[in-house]
This record gives sequence, C-alpha cells and structure tokens, in this order.
Amino acid sequence: MTDGIAAKPLLSARGISKQFAGVEVLGGVDLDLMPGEIHALLGENGAGKSTFAKIVAGVHRPTRGTLTLNGAQVEVTNPIVAQRLGITLIHQEPISFPDLSVAENLVLGLQDGAPLSRVPWAKMEREARRLMQLLGVDIDVTRTMRGLSIADQQMAEIARALASDSRLIIMDEPTAPLTPKEVATLFTIARRLRDEGRTIIFISHRLEEVRALCDRVTIFRDGAKVATDSITNLTDDDIIRLMIGRPLKEYMHKIGTTIGDVALKVTGLGRAGLFYDMTFEVRRGEIVGLGGLVGAGRTDVARALFGIAPADNGQIEVNGRPVQITDPTQAIGLGLAFVPEDRAQAGIFRTLSVEHNISAAVPGRIAPGGVIRRALERAVAEQSVARLSIRLASLRQPIGELSGGNQQKAILARWLLTDPQILILDEPTRGIDIGVKAEFYDMIGALAADGRAILLISSELPELLALCDRVLVMAEGRLIADLPRGVATQETIMQAAVPRSGAHEVAA
Amino acid sequence: MSVLRSVLLRREAGIALMIVLFCLAVGSYKPQFLTLDSLRIILLLTPLIMIGAMGQMLVIVARHVDLSMGSMMALAAMASGMMFRYAPEIWWPLGFVLSIGTGMALGLVNGLLVTIFRLPAIIVTLGTLNLYRGLTFIVSDAKQIDRQYVPSALKAMSQTSPILGIPWIIFMSFGVALLTWWFVMHTRVGRQIYALGSNPVAAPLRGINVTKVTLIVFAISGALSGLAGIMYASRWGFVNPSNTGNGFEFQVIAAVVIGGVSINGGVGTVLGTVLGVLLLGCVAAALPLLGIPGTTQSAIYGMVILVALLIDRVVRLQGQKPGLSGARV
Repeated sequence: MTDGIAAKPLLSARGISKQFAGVEVLGGVDLDLMPGEIHALLGENGAGKSTFAKIVAGVHRPTRGTLTLNGAQVEVTNPIVAQRLGITLIHQEPISFPDLSVAENLVLGLQDGAPLSRVPWAKMEREARRLMQLLGVDIDVTRTMRGLSIADQQMAEIARALASDSRLIIMDEPTAPLTPKEVATLFTIARRLRDEGRTIIFISHRLEEVRALCDRVTIFRDGAKVATDSITNLTDDDIIRLMIGRPLKEYMHKIGTTIGDVALKVTGLGRAGLFYDMTFEVRRGEIVGLGGLVGAGRTDVARALFGIAPADNGQIEVNGRPVQITDPTQAIGLGLAFVPEDRAQAGIFRTLSVEHNISAAVPGRIAPGGVIRRALERAVAEQSVARLSIRLASLRQPIGELSGGNQQKAILARWLLTDPQILILDEPTRGIDIGVKAEFYDMIGALAADGRAILLISSELPELLALCDRVLVMAEGRLIADLPRGVATQETIMQAAVPRSGAHEVAA
Repeated sequence: MSVLRSVLLRREAGIALMIVLFCLAVGSYKPQFLTLDSLRIILLLTPLIMIGAMGQMLVIVARHVDLSMGSMMALAAMASGMMFRYAPEIWWPLGFVLSIGTGMALGLVNGLLVTIFRLPAIIVTLGTLNLYRGLTFIVSDAKQIDRQYVPSALKAMSQTSPILGIPWIIFMSFGVALLTWWFVMHTRVGRQIYALGSNPVAAPLRGINVTKVTLIVFAISGALSGLAGIMYASRWGFVNPSNTGNGFEFQVIAAVVIGGVSINGGVGTVLGTVLGVLLLGCVAAALPLLGIPGTTQSAIYGMVILVALLIDRVVRLQGQKPGLSGARV
C-alpha cells in the first residue's frame, strides 16, 4: 500500500535478537512497519516469526536490539506497557477471563484510577456495544466470555485492541481455528482497520490467505529475516524457496534394512474437523515420515491410531487383520507404541524415579502376582538404561531432573519394554541437543533394522530426509503427498505442506 | 437477558426455593416453625456466619480458601476480651477496633505467606488454623473470659435495638453483606478479584497486581473474622479459647458453597451467599424443633451441603449444552 512512499514507519525494529537458555532463536532482525499496512510474517515452524511478534508485544524482552515507535525509542517491558503504547497481540486461542462479561473483558486493565474508584458499568457496556457495532459483529456484551465461539472471542480481542485505540495489532495465526466464513469476516474487519490507518501484523502458514489479505511480507528462516517485499513481487514458489533455503545438513545415512510385510495399513481414516481420508501403509523395517506444518493434523492421526481420540471412519489393519482401536490398551495389545510429543504432559511421571518411569509400561513383568519385586524392577530398568545409554546419576533420581534428551530416551525405553512391532514417534527430537539427536537417529535406524515398523512425525525436514524411506506430507488434515526416498527433498515436502492458492481445496 | 445472568438468577432462585420448601415442610409438622419467633431464632443464628461468609466468598472467588477463620475469630475475640478484663473502664467500642485490627493483621500474615512464598492457601491456612488457635491458648493462659468482664452494652447489641427490637448484630451482618456487594460490583479491586479467580495466568498480563489483590482478599477475610469474634463475645457473653470459633470455617465454607460460589474461582454473588447462610440457619433452627438430637446435627449439616451441591450440579448439567462445560483456560 504505502510501500515505497516516503511515509514514516509506525514501528522500526533494529537488530532485535533473542536467546532462550543460551540458544539464539532470533538474530539481528531489522523491520519497518508502515502505518496502514497488513504485514505478513512467514516462515517454517521455529523460524522466529512468533518470537519476533511476542517481543514487539512485550511478552518477551529482546536480548539485544531496539524498537522505535513513531520516531521515539520505546522499552516494551510487558504486555500492559505494549497496550498503553497502542500495541495489542491477539493470541490464536484468546486469553480472557471466562467468568467476566464481554464488556468487562474489553476494558480490564485499561481503566486508571484508585482501587476503590467506581466501575462505570453503564458506560463500559455502552462503549463495548459501540466497538462491537464498529466491528459489525453481533455479540451480547453483557454475557460471559465462557461459551463464546473462538471466532467471537477473537472478535472480542480485536474490540479490546480498539478499546485501547491500538495502532498496531498483531494476529498470531488467527485463522487456524476458524471456519471459512469466519475467516472472511475477520478479513473484512482487518481491511477496514488498515484503511483507518492502523497496522496489522498477520502471522499465518496459509499462502492463499496471505495473498488475499496482506500488502507486504517478511520471511523468516532459522531465526533471521531473509526478505521483506511487497506480496505482488513474490510468487508462491519464491516464498517457499525463501522459507526453506538453508543448507541441507545430513545427519546420518540410514543403514540398509530389508523391508518386509505390511505391518500397519490405514484406509480412508478420518475424524471430523481434524483429518480426512488418510490412506497409507507402513511395512516392517520401514521408517515412514509424516511431515507437514504444525496443525496439519499429524498428531491427530497418531492419536487416532493409538486409540486416544479414535477415528470416526475408515479402517485400520495390523499385520493384515482389520482391527478396531478405541482405546490405548487395545493399541498396546496389538503391538503399537506411541511416544507423544509433549513429554511433560503425556509422557512422564515427573516426580517419580527414572526406574519407576521405565517400568511403568510393564507392570505385569515386574510384579508377578501383583506384588512388585524390587530386584526385577531394578534389573529391567538397568537393562534399558544400558541399552539406550541414558545418562543419569542414579536410577532413583526423579526423571524431571534429567535433560530433555535423556527424558525422551527413558520414555522410549519404557515403550521398548513392551516390544512394540509398530512404533509411532511424535517429534522425538524436539528440544534435544544435536549430539543426543544423532544418537536418537542411530537408535531409530536400529529399531527399524530389527524389523519394526516406524511412523515418524517430524517438523524438521533434514530429519525426515535423513531417516525415512518414505515421507507422507499432510496439509490441513489431508494427505497431500507420498514421497519415496530420492523424490523427497526440502522443496517437494514444503510444496506439499504449505496450503496455498490452487494447490488443493480447503475443507469447509 | 444474558445467558449467564439468567443462569445465576436461576441458581439464586433455586436456593430461595429450597429455603421456602424446607420451611414449609418443617412447618407442616411443627406449625410453630412458621412464626415470627422462629424467624428471630433463625436470624440470630446467622449473623456470625453471614459476616464470615462474605470474607470467605471473596477468598474463594479469588481461587483461594481460608481455613483459619475460626482461629482468627478466637484470637481476635480473646484480644478484646483480655482488654476488657484488664481495663474494665475502657470505652467498650474499642473492642471492635482491637478485634477487627487483630483479625486483619492475622489475615495479612496468611496473605503474605500465600503471595511471597507462593504456598497454596489451603496449606497455609491449615497451618495458621492451628497456629492461631494455639496462640489463643497461650495469650489467655487457657482461661475463659467470663461473663462479668464482657461489657453489658456489648452484650445488649445481641438482645435488642430501638428498631422493632431487632438486635443490632442482625443489622450489622446485613450491612456487611451490602458493603460487600458494593465492593465487588462497583469498585475496580472488587472486579479484579473475579478476574484473578477466573484466569490467574492472564491476570498479571492484563495489569492486575496479583499480590495486592490477594493480600486485600486475605486481609478482609481476617478483618471480618475479627468482627465475627467481637460479635461472638456480644452474642454469647464470653470468650473461650477452645470453643470460640471452633468449626466456624466449615460452616462458613458450607454456606458459601451452597450459595453458588464456585470453588474453582471467578464465580459467586453476595445474594447467593446470603441465601446460602439463611438456608443453613433454617436447618440449624429446625433441628431442635424436630426433636433431632444434637449428636446427629453434624451429620445432617453435612447432608444438607451435599444435597445442595448435587441439586446444583444436576441443574447446571441440564442447563448446559454438551461441550460448553469446557475446562477453564
């Protein structure tokens, strides 16, 4: 819009860097945001776009770098300061006070005055109604936030941004949980806000949305800004190339294994709203990757296979026999194992010892007759620790004290005790340092060589390329591509993973 | 009319209905239950619980709990009682000042432990429940403050007043309820208590001073316990280190929960709490009339609480569409 014109930027970021625990996740980002533009931030998962947005909104403090707002340098120390400066971040899942009314949610934290000063209910509700009218949405402002749809909660958040007269509104993947109709409403409102001279940062994975809505794009890769340009100057292919164009790091070369019979076959598997019509198979000795962007439905497929949130339709066959899997116990009985992504939530018993964590999968083996034999338990755990070279001070140590990589190994050890024939790994190397990662890759390779079928979910392209015999790619709940080794490259995977104009239909 | 408001209205209407039905049921056996005299008995049973319930309501709305109320009440009442014993000539309303001040200080200690050390309130106040009770024994040398030391003007407050002969403490308890209503509905801090209880994670992000709000809530809870303490001295004419306020917190929490205050925080009204207190008062007044022995009273109390909660649960489940009940964010 204002691109190229010598307008003064609303916000200038210079040399913004951020480290988390010594790891640089964002390095030296310079970016100017103009008044009256919708600016897209694009990049792979972990490229740094959300971190940048959160720094602007005061959720994180930058390790280095400065922000200049309307020509004056500002310190955005927390989200309240940001809001006072006219910067509002709208979270994908809005943070609100579910028991308070919509109107109260809009103004909370904005009012000044003594603690005992009166709450102007009538004025507050009038103002809230005016903002909702301005947005053209029909939400009763006296009802509580609890029970509002995500779309309506987002609208309330946008209204909150307007209540503080924000000049810069950051929307972090706002469209992911919305229906197409809700997306259309959101876009109309975003355009209207832009035309009023406000600036909007729009973070999205969907190229077709970025193309429909945004004026300029900035592309992030590996924590750095790689390009800022007008959207009309870039083709979809340009954007994808910019997003992934890093040197390919080869971690390992897979040992040759013999690929055997089909261990897991899935036909037309679907669960409403999450994934649709998944058909694929995994053979013994084969490592099949499942790639795609976060939110593409990969984990949901894994959860369905393991019976945590079973599929509504479709068929699963294990070793050629059709099976019904409606809860994890059945899945375990059929020789499946699932190592979930979120260790803290779904994997470990944080305060229990490493030993107990490992033996938790095989209560029968360590407790013949229902009474735990300490010696048996210890032997089982010691074997596992040696086998996976888990580094620890003592078997009695709480597992929470181990490093991420060693925790992950302990969880894997637990599942290996059940001798699974089909192993589903969800982002097994997330948050693990590079050295332990290589060990993990060897381990996964060895497990496949043993004749196990492995389904590996990963967002790291080099990992998929290095390990997998085939890579399945999902986008928006659908299987888009099935790429054999050799055909799979960073480009072909990303081409399939990024939902974009004309590539495929978006499900309603 | 918003959905929430109608639900809450139904909730409060529900308690009111329970009160009416209960009174009619008891009245059909014992007609004397439906007289002004028994209304007076009911109202005289409730003032202390009413005042405590207002403080407890604020604490629970903020997603905490205060188990130390009975002990704060005892220690505060003991402080005033000892002042009366050592200085009989003192201007008796100073008893209110000392009792409320002592209670507030004790409440602040609770609040500081909860905020500074980030300890769960249930553990902190379980500790101070015993600590404050123990201190009451120590300062009083385990001796009761007898009737002759409690000023007669103070005792008279529980007997009568110039207004229709209704004792002052009843007016005071409703006055406290009214003040609490004003506080939670019309002041910024009042609303922040609800916001904090509704989403403690988001509260600091929205500029709410969590420490300050938490301290205020515990200080009020302590101050109201102190007020209940001096009113105990007025009502019963003595202060006893082991009896005064014993089990008070549980009656109060029962009233608050029956009144529809969510133990998960963020939800609760003064009207609901008042009705919860009155329902408990009706039950307490009816039991001796029905000839139910004192030994079973405790069990019946407990049953009333569970039945009220069950009815509430059933009503809510029916009023809700599936999927709406959702876990809190």
